[in-house]
This record gives sequence, C-alpha cells and structure tokens, in this order.
Amino acid sequence: MSSFAARAGAWLVVAVALALFFSMCSPPAEAFCGFYVGKADAGLFNDASQVIMVRRDNRTVISMANDYRGNLTEFALVVPVPTVLERGQIRIGDRRLFERIDAYSAPRLAEYFDPDPCRAYPRSMELAGRAAPMQDGAARKERRDKALGVTVEASYTVGEYDIVILSGTQSDGLETWLRENGYRIPRGASAALKPYIRQQMKFFVAKVNLAEQARTGVAHLRPLQFAFESERFMLPVRLGMLNARGPQDLVLYVLTAKGRVETTNYRTVKLPANVDLPTYVRDDFARTYKALFAAQAAREDHRAIFTEYFWDMSWCDPCAADPLTPAELREAGVYWVGEGQVRGGGQPVMLTRLHLRYTRDSLPEDLVFQETQDRANFQARYVLRHPWGGSPDACAAAKPYFTDVDARREREAQTLATLTGWKLADIRAQMQLPPQSPPRWWESLWK
Amino acid sequence: MEVTARTPVGRMAGAWAALALRHPHLRDARLFQIAFLGTLLTIGALARDFALLPAQMALAFATGLATQSLWIRALGLEHRGVASAVITCFGLSLLLRADSLWVHPLAAALAISSKFVLRVRGKHLYNPANLGVIVALLAFPGAWVSPGQWGQDVALAAWFVALGGLVTQRARRADIAWVFLAAYLVLVALRIAVLGQPWTILVHQLANGGLLLFAFFMISDPMTIPDRRGGRVGYALVVALVAFAWHFALFRPNGLVWALFLCTPLVPLIDRLWPAERFEWRPPPRLRVVK
Repeated sequence: MSSFAARAGAWLVVAVALALFFSMCSPPAEAFCGFYVGKADAGLFNDASQVIMVRRDNRTVISMANDYRGNLTEFALVVPVPTVLERGQIRIGDRRLFERIDAYSAPRLAEYFDPDPCRAYPRSMELAGRAAPMQDGAARKERRDKALGVTVEASYTVGEYDIVILSGTQSDGLETWLRENGYRIPRGASAALKPYIRQQMKFFVAKVNLAEQARTGVAHLRPLQFAFESERFMLPVRLGMLNARGPQDLVLYVLTAKGRVETTNYRTVKLPANVDLPTYVRDDFARTYKALFAAQAAREDHRAIFTEYFWDMSWCDPCAADPLTPAELREAGVYWVGEGQVRGGGQPVMLTRLHLRYTRDSLPEDLVFQETQDRANFQARYVLRHPWGGSPDACAAAKPYFTDVDARREREAQTLATLTGWKLADIRAQMQLPPQSPPRWWESLWK
Repeated sequence: MEVTARTPVGRMAGAWAALALRHPHLRDARLFQIAFLGTLLTIGALARDFALLPAQMALAFATGLATQSLWIRALGLEHRGVASAVITCFGLSLLLRADSLWVHPLAAALAISSKFVLRVRGKHLYNPANLGVIVALLAFPGAWVSPGQWGQDVALAAWFVALGGLVTQRARRADIAWVFLAAYLVLVALRIAVLGQPWTILVHQLANGGLLLFAFFMISDPMTIPDRRGGRVGYALVVALVAFAWHFALFRPNGLVWALFLCTPLVPLIDRLWPAERFEWRPPPRLRVVK
C-alpha cells in the first residue's frame, strides 16, 4: 500500500508540475489595443456566398446573399426546408446588413508603434491606443405535377423573386418538374435532391420575376430571408455544389445566445491569428489574407471549417466596425432582442463567423452544427509592430533594442512565409532584410 | 543464441517478467493496446484541436489518480483499478472541452468518486468517464464536447491499432466494443442506403476518432457492462440503436455519450436476469519465469 501511495504521489507531483509548466508556457493574454488599419472582408473572395443564421431553441432564421452575376433569367435557388413556409415567413433582406456584419467581424490588422527605448514609459501609457473607426393550363398542369410526384405547396411573389414551396416523392420527377417550369438547374440534380425528399423535406425554390425586378430598380439581387422552426441545426450546402466549377467559399455568420458554434461532423479550426507580421503587409492586407486563407484551407484538404471571429455582440475591443444595433439584429432575425433595447442589456447575442472553402468532393455531408458553451473570444487579428525611428547611437538601450528589432523582423518574415506559403526570399526582399549568407563553415568551428 | 538467465538479454527478459509478475496489470495485452490508442488519440487531440490544453489533461490525470488513491485509503481497499482510473482520465480528457482549467479536474474527481459511491450489487453503476462528461455537460458552465474535431489521418491510424489488437489478442471483454462499432456502422450504412446519400459519408463517419474513443474507452469498461456475453452483445446493440436515434431522429449532438448514460440502468437488470461470473481486473498468472 505504501509503495503504491508513494508511486501515486510521484505521479501526482509529475502531473501537477506538467500542468503548471504548460499553463506558464501559454502566451500571456495581450491587452487588445492599437489601430485597426486593414481588414479582409468577405467581398474579396470570388464565388463566395454569405449566410446569416440565427438560432435559438428550435427557431431558425436564415438569410442568404449570393453574388450572382449571370443572366437573371437563369437564376434559380433551391433550398431544402423542413416545413412549408407561409408568406410571412419569407422576407427580402437588405444587403447592407451583410456588409455591416461582415465589417464588424472581418479578419483585421492591428498596428503598434514601438516606444522610444531610451525613455522608461509607465506601463499604462503603452496601452493607450484608441480604436479608429473602419473605412470601411391549370388542370392539365396539376395532372402533370401529380404524374411527376410534385406538389406545389405554396407560391408567392416576394420582392423580385417568384417563390414556390414544393414537396416531392421522387427525385427524377422533381428534377423534370423544375426543368419544365423554366428553372435552370444542373444535370444530375436528382441524385442530390433524393436524400432530402426521402427525409420528407420541402423545397424552397426561387427564380427572378423580371417585371418585379425592373420595378425595384436594384441592379443586384437582394438577399432572401426565411424563418422557421426545426429540430435540426444544419445548413444544406450540397445542392449548391452542383454547379460549382472550382472551390467555393461560404462565409457563415451564426448568431446565438449561449456560446461559440462549431460543426459536429467536420473539424472546426481557429485560423492561426494574433501573430506579428512584417509591416509592409499594411499596404496589401487583402492579398495577404487571401493567400493565408488559401494556404490554410489547402493544408486541411478543404475539409475543415475555419473560425474567423467569435465575440459577444454587445461589445468589441477595439471595434473594427460598430456592433450591430438592436434594430439591425432584429432585422437579421435575432428575435430575442427587444426593439427599443439599449445595447448590452437583456439577453446576449454571440456572433460566430465561420469561413469554409469547399469542393464538390470535400463535403460528403451537409453541415451540422452545435452551440458549445465556449465563450472565449476570438478574432483573426494580425499585428504590425513599427520599430522606433531613432538612431542606434541615441542611448545605451538603443543598440540592444535594434538587435531585438532585427531578430523580430526575421521572425515576422518566417511567420508570413509559413502562413501564406510565399517564398521566404521574396518576403525578405520586400522587407529589405539583408540577404541571408550562410556563415562559412570554419567561421563557427572554434567558437 | 541461447537465452538463459545469465546472458544480458535473458537478464533483461527476466527483469521484465519479474516486473510483470509483480504488476499483474502489465500482463493484460488489452492494457497495452489501450495505452497505445490513448497515446495516439492524445497526440491527435492536442495537435489537431487547440481547444484542449495539455494543462487540462494533466490536471484531469492528477486529480483523477489522487481521488482514486484517496478513496482506496479511506475505505481500506486493496489496490485495484489503477488501470481503470487511467482509462477514465484518458476518456474524460479526450472528450471534454472547456474554456477554463477547473472543469477537467472536477469532472475527473466526480467520475472516479462515482465508482465508490454509486454501486449496485457490488458493481459500480456508471462508466465513470461517461458520467463525468454528462455531469459536466449538464451542470458546469463553459464545458462542451466536440464530436467533429478529429482529423481523418489520426482516426485511420487509430483504426489500424484497434484492428491490430483484434487479430493479435484473444478478445476478452473487448467483444462489446466491436459489436457496438459494427451495429452502429450498419445503422449508418442503412440510413445512407435508404436516403440515397453518397457512400463517402460512411468513410467520413469512420474517420471520427470520437467513435473509436467511445468504443474502446467507455462502452468496453468491463466493470459497467453485463457479465454474461449474450447480455453484453444485447446491451451493445441497444446502446448503438439509442445513439443512432439520438443523432439521426432527434438531431441532437453527442449521441454516443448520451446513449450510454441512458442505457446504463439496464446493466444491473441484465445481470440479475442472466447472472455470470464477475469480471476481475487481474487475470490469472500465465507467465512463468525459470531462473
């Protein structure tokens, strides 16, 4: 017994030591401050769809915006929905809402200026950065429908869209029906439609009503919103892959009340963030972020979903853009926020921003989500540190400071190369770092 | 080359064998397999899912083993079940995620304590790791389970190890793990066939490390499953069915841990209806050393 106790005690000591060691190794939480100078918003990704999803209990509101640029007569949107939607459950959204939520949550660049090493600053002075705002034939037809196994459960004209809610019994029938009724849907749609039909799901189908579209006078298509109740916390993305040529991007903003949202059937990964990057990135952060995201997505074989942002919407520190007002949140579908409510009061609203790049083969299943109890804030934030502009001979402390700066810039170059997959030599040239000449072999031999 | 007690190889073997005799747990091949799987999944979890901190794992192990030792002292029991406590800590820390450091050790302490407190007919009722995870999900703020956080490569390697164990060792009570895995995957395959979904989904489901973790670290715990083989098989089928229904009919996450939790009260009932010899962690000595 005593030898066991001794052994258990030894293990205990080792484990506690390990715990302490690891908790000390974790980087200290850095106070967020500095000026936001750049962001990489969703608009920079081609073929990107944006979806806002609001979810609490079983109530779900989905808003979909796509950057469809083709011929309007060819536009068709088919979304599986769990129930037949009534007219009042469908609404035309405002594209501005997407722009607002995108600006608020986009990956960003923070900028710091090194203090004069020759002067001793009180610690609080360093943290005095202030967030700058961002720029930031009826009977015959019915018979035909029956033969195809398709029932038109409802049809509405909402804004510039003609919408029908369909239920089907066979996928080929549904595909034929859609084609006969003038929807341009890709070949092979029936195989993708089948699983939804067999799960007794309905189909929300929209095409553009040209007359209404002309009346609105809006050049682009406005987002569609729909509210429904469902046990399932999921997003059907497989239908959208049918006409995809290359990889597609989906930026998903999930608004919930409890905590961070992640997928249960794919890996959800936080983007590498809060690292120092070379200061030249400031001029073209968009290009840098695109390369970074592409490299990370490829590294995960396009099978992982990236978290770009998670924060309680009542505040931000500092803000890339103002948080959404209660009115904007309600517009997005956050039904638990009161109309005239003051920001910060009442039930919290959490925003998880997920970004996914996928190909036809990388997602065999639709995305299924869960809301975790995780409330640890996260933002894809990249840091620029500008060296102090003085001379190395200014004081005794200046020399070691510049030695540190050189080492830091070397690290920044390597971080950027690792994250984006760019060539280290190119980055070093951009940074005007002295070319790396390896020491001759005898130089370090007797040192 | 002749291996006798005098050659270095012989001496080393003798030392190992003596050690193995003194520590009966080391003889059980299944424990080696568990240790190997545990290491692999730990590497996977730490490297792939940044939500799990090494400190959380270390604290879970420290508190779990300390709790085990305290209960054994307090009740004046024989030293047994250290292996089972290690398995509990592995299962718990690999499944549970938290945004703080206190959730893992507290869950581990509760889980291990449940072995000594919640007992029916001389057996502890709940699988400790399972109970710990459920209590954390229900009662602890900032605790959750991430079912999707396993890379395909890690899961593939884990399958390799698990299958290797199947062919190289006589399956003792690991039978329940395999029956469960087979039943669950058959149900998933049936659903794919009925719905007409692509078969790649099955591969995708197989690549879930959480499924293997559950099969080898939770449902196969010999102390919390029926004693008779037939009872175990039936129990595995029921758990698979409940997990499947939880996931695909109720559309709720973490079907595996919930199913095991809900089905556990069946175990004393099955044992009562079909009694059999009780499992002991120490197998009878098989290895003899001649010096």
